Amino acid sequence: MSLITSSSPHASVKNNTGAFMRQVIYATLPGLAVLTWQFGWGTVINVLWAVVVALVSEALFLKARGRSIGFYLKDYSAVVTAVLLGLALPPTAPWWLTLVGVSFAIIVAKQLYGGLGMNPFNPAMVGYVLLLISFPVAMTQWISPGDAPSLQQSLQLFAGQLPVDGLSGATPLDTFRTWAGDEAALASHPILHGELAGQGWEWVNLAFLLGGLYLISRKIITWHIPAGFLAGLAAPALVAWLIDPVRFADPLFHMLSGGAMLGAFFIATDPVSAATSRNGRLVYALLIGVLIWVIRSFGGYPDAVAFSVLLLNLSAPFIDYYTQPRTYGHNKPNRGTGS
Amino acid sequence: MIRTLFRSRSPKVFDFHGGIHPPEMKHLSNSTPIAPGPLPAQLVLPLNMHIGAPAKPLVAPGDRVLKGQMIAEPGGAVSAAIHAPTSGTISAIGPRPIQHPSGMDAICLVLDTDGKDEWVTHSGVTDYTELSPGELVDTIRHAGIAGMGGAGFPTSIKVNLGDHQRVEELIINAVECEPYITADDRLMREHADEIITGIHILQYLLNPRRTLIGIEDNKPEAISAIKRACKGCDIEVRVVPTKYPSGGEKQIIQLLTGKEVQSGQLPAHVGVVCQNVGTAHAIKRAVVDGQPLISRVTTLTGDGVARPGNYEVLLGTPVRDLLSHGGVNPDALERLVMGGPMMGFTLHNPAVPVVKTTNCIIAATPEELPEPPEEQPCIRCGSCAEVCPANLLPQQLYWHAKNDDLEKAQHHNLMDCIECGACAYVCPSHIPLVQYYRYAKGAVRQQAADQLKADKARERFEARQARIDAEKAEKEARRQARLEANRKKKTDTAAAPAVDTAALKQASLEASKAYKAAVKAAKEAEANEAENSAELKAEAERLKAVADKAKAAVRDAKNAAPAAAPAEDRVATLKKQVGDASSAYKNAVKAAKEAEANGDDNAAELRASADTLKAEADKLKAELREAKANAPAAPAAAPQVDPVAELKQKVGEASSAYKAAVKAAKEAEANGDDNAAELRASADTLKAEADTLKAELREAKANAPAATPAPATPPPADPLVELKAKVGEASAAYKAAVKAAKEAEENRAENAAALRAEADKLKADADHWKAELREAKASAPATPKAAPATTDQPRIPEATAPQSLAAVDPEEAAKRQKRLKGLKTAYNMAHKQYKEAHAALERAERKEDVTADELNDMQRRVDKLKNKADIARDALDALVEEAKADIRAHTGKDLKTLKLEAARAESALADKAIELQRLRDSSSEESLEALNSELKALEAEAQIARKALKQAVEEQGLVE
Ligand code: SF4
Ligand code: SF4
Repeated sequence: MSLITSSSPHASVKNNTGAFMRQVIYATLPGLAVLTWQFGWGTVINVLWAVVVALVSEALFLKARGRSIGFYLKDYSAVVTAVLLGLALPPTAPWWLTLVGVSFAIIVAKQLYGGLGMNPFNPAMVGYVLLLISFPVAMTQWISPGDAPSLQQSLQLFAGQLPVDGLSGATPLDTFRTWAGDEAALASHPILHGELAGQGWEWVNLAFLLGGLYLISRKIITWHIPAGFLAGLAAPALVAWLIDPVRFADPLFHMLSGGAMLGAFFIATDPVSAATSRNGRLVYALLIGVLIWVIRSFGGYPDAVAFSVLLLNLSAPFIDYYTQPRTYGHNKPNRGTGS
Repeated sequence: MIRTLFRSRSPKVFDFHGGIHPPEMKHLSNSTPIAPGPLPAQLVLPLNMHIGAPAKPLVAPGDRVLKGQMIAEPGGAVSAAIHAPTSGTISAIGPRPIQHPSGMDAICLVLDTDGKDEWVTHSGVTDYTELSPGELVDTIRHAGIAGMGGAGFPTSIKVNLGDHQRVEELIINAVECEPYITADDRLMREHADEIITGIHILQYLLNPRRTLIGIEDNKPEAISAIKRACKGCDIEVRVVPTKYPSGGEKQIIQLLTGKEVQSGQLPAHVGVVCQNVGTAHAIKRAVVDGQPLISRVTTLTGDGVARPGNYEVLLGTPVRDLLSHGGVNPDALERLVMGGPMMGFTLHNPAVPVVKTTNCIIAATPEELPEPPEEQPCIRCGSCAEVCPANLLPQQLYWHAKNDDLEKAQHHNLMDCIECGACAYVCPSHIPLVQYYRYAKGAVRQQAADQLKADKARERFEARQARIDAEKAEKEARRQARLEANRKKKTDTAAAPAVDTAALKQASLEASKAYKAAVKAAKEAEANEAENSAELKAEAERLKAVADKAKAAVRDAKNAAPAAAPAEDRVATLKKQVGDASSAYKNAVKAAKEAEANGDDNAAELRASADTLKAEADKLKAELREAKANAPAAPAAAPQVDPVAELKQKVGEASSAYKAAVKAAKEAEANGDDNAAELRASADTLKAEADTLKAELREAKANAPAATPAPATPPPADPLVELKAKVGEASAAYKAAVKAAKEAEENRAENAAALRAEADKLKADADHWKAELREAKASAPATPKAAPATTDQPRIPEATAPQSLAAVDPEEAAKRQKRLKGLKTAYNMAHKQYKEAHAALERAERKEDVTADELNDMQRRVDKLKNKADIARDALDALVEEAKADIRAHTGKDLKTLKLEAARAESALADKAIELQRLRDSSSEESLEALNSELKALEAEAQIARKALKQAVEEQGLVE
């Protein structure tokens, strides 16, 4: 008998980080499907291409660092980053845009910080913001909802051989931002008047909400971040809309537009860069939501998920120090850094 | 019955944060009855099967022992005995592999069994209530019972909380939440009655307000068996939902009572005592059947054995024997776990024996408990925080532990982790989190230990520094005073000497500085809750005394300066003498009063010396009166009175008064009294006086030829006879003192050291007189000596004073003892009555034909008796608490004082030795001799102090 010696516990759950990440990928599928239905094959192409770029950059970098490629690729974290960034990019994005964004996200925002678990910022959002700042035009051209191009057109767009102008149109968020304050103009834009909120985008957001609820049900994420996020977004929106419905969009419109649901359930919930205690996560997400509303209503960009998430990533360690739970046997929770 | 039903229908069960639901795997072993274990050829019994000091072997290799015979006794207060699990021969006492995380060997008793299984004669008691709680605790202690749930804390300690602690809840832990283990489950199903009896014994010992049994809802058979067995008694069965780790001590307390045990405290602090069901069972066996703990129920399980189940295993059975008994398949076995899969330890060697805490052996196949997958990075998913029963943030702990940032890890309450393993169980990255925490905790403990050591060293250093400074100042003050006295002696009749008050002032300043520093140190220490703050305080007190002394010296020096004026007129001289004497007297009275107020040992002595001084002063006053009366009448030298003789007498008187004062001062100094300086000062005054008189005598002698020669007025008595009488008195006083000291030492009285010192001094005195007698004999015709009549007075009160002091304490203690005993009896009686009434009520409840009214009556009676017992107990508690506090305060203070004194004596000795060394070449014969004798006295003092300290320490050790 040769006996294994090990430290307790001697049993553990069967799942692993890879399984964890795969669940996240599965949960994006409804959103991906609706995006494709509304805006054509562009997003699917983006996602697939992004995954390839991510795996290749990660493998190259791991090799350069002398790490086991197979072991680290199995954690699927690179794939998750790629999928999320692919979903966030406009369906009209040419190949090089994705290449730049994804490789930057993987190499700079993740591997240079020491790999999975060490990155202070959400890599997908770092890539997104880099592209938004460097290529603002390419990054803000969306296809009009329901006006989906054919697969061939999408491939041509991807190859950069088709000018985007003919296909693109403003998003509901864009439209509202342009005509905010002008009641007649707002009424005359059908894109702002879908079944629940902005046309097309309402379904996209509902699909991501569905996927997110699946994640909660599988205990991959807890309800704290999505709830905090949406509450932070909806609460100021409600107050402002009650005061001036012509200047400010209603809360439902906010929650079902742009990257709201994707952000709430998939991006802000990235555990590595979020706050980690329950209370910390609530605070963290609430502030993201508020920040998104502020930037959407007063800022220079139509959407603001990426900026807000990155800003709060920066504050997450601080939030963690001030939101420790009350430990058993202690009368009150510890605060501060302890040093 | 209605009450019981009502209670069991609405048991409130609380919840705790987190927890996990690993596969239970209990079905493997819980379906078959407990079977006897193997009788191996050799049993290996580690001396440390419990928490605490290892047991002390009572046997030697080669001894034959019988089953149940005690072969090792408890090796300390927190320890447990070991008994032979079967008959056989002790073949070795030496290191054998045991279950230990580090895989270390430990000292074990090895017993070669003889297969006869021959019992030692043993018997239990049928009615345990006949035994007093103390006797029961002893029985449990000598039966070697230690917590059988896992930790192995000696049970006798846990059930002997001390009279001052009130037990609200006695919790019987029958949760058994770890997967695989079913030992308690089977025990409850098969021995419920014995368990309940064990619990009753615990109730009798602890008198809890409530008794709760917590069982997980995955053991329905055990629940119904226990419910059946405790029907009608005041034990509440609480079914808790299945969740790991509900069986953790803190968790079950939270589940059943909603109370949280504060971080770093014990359950007893919230009035809870937790015992495992297995322990209750063992207690019943020990008390009722007289069987010590020699076997236990152990679950043998896992896919690696053919016949998993529960076995009654003899302690010391090597796991190897148990495995083959259960039909192990050595090829399938990959991991051997002692304990459960969550908190158990893997065994590196199957020769490791089953011990008192071994509740389970898992022989696991690779499929069953696979090797953990490779550790992946933490993704901060928070799953671990969701399940942590202590509500920690395991991911943060891990992060800080990994980075060796112990401070931050502690800030995240690392030390509150109970190492349950729930976090590591759920971690998707398979990080061995608990291992990191164990490592970090070890590092924190190490750091704390190092810190403590460093702090102690620093405090010791500071205290020593302060002491040395103070002593320097003190010495300086003394030196100045001596110098002053010398100078005074030299310039006796000349102009007033220039008193070096500046130097004295300096010394006094230094002393008060040292005192202030010490006070600061003490305050700091207190703020830091350092252990030695009391010591530092005492040190500060002492320094204050030193400073005061120095101040007094300054004052006295100032006073003395004008006093040393040349003596011209006899009346004036006498006047001055009277003034000095009466002020010395007043000083002494004051000192005595102060000492009395402080309850100092030597107050009586001081009082006596004050009396002497008073007598002296009175005499001088009378003389003065006489002189005044004579002055105008006979301006010329009166022929009736020989001035030389008169002066001689006066010199003798003055110098003996001086000697008495010096003695008193020395003693006071030895005792570290506040007024030593004052006494010393008054002694100095007296010396100056004596010196003056001596000088006068010398002068008078020089003038003598002019006057009539001495033979005209022969001394009234033969000086030799008088000296002889004095020697006799002195040695009698010495002998009396020695006797008193011896008695005091025998009784370990506090003042033995002082008495001994006193005796030594008296001996020196007696020796002095003897020497003088010898001298006088040699020169008898030449020097007739004047005999001072009053010097011996102080001795009498001195000898008797300490005795009266020693008598105070025992009396008080005896009184309390008596009261304590009375209350204890009262409580025992009340408690017994209550128990009887309760038992009667139970019996009645079980009978069908008793009416509700009768039951109610009985219930009322039970309640009343319980109330009575409670009141008695509370009173007892209060008294015991008081007595304890007293004793603690008393011995604690004494020890510290003694320590201080010893240290002081030693350092004074060292200083003196150094001084002597230094002065050896430069000083006159005389001062060297003085120093030498001083050194000797100090040595004796140090010796005495050392001895007293040692004795006190030993005594304390016994008390503790
Ligand atoms: S469960 Fe593991 S991976 Fe998740 S936060 Fe805790 S330690 Fe990190
Ligand atoms: S091992 Fe410690 S940190 Fe982990 S769950 Fe248990 S108590 Fe919490």
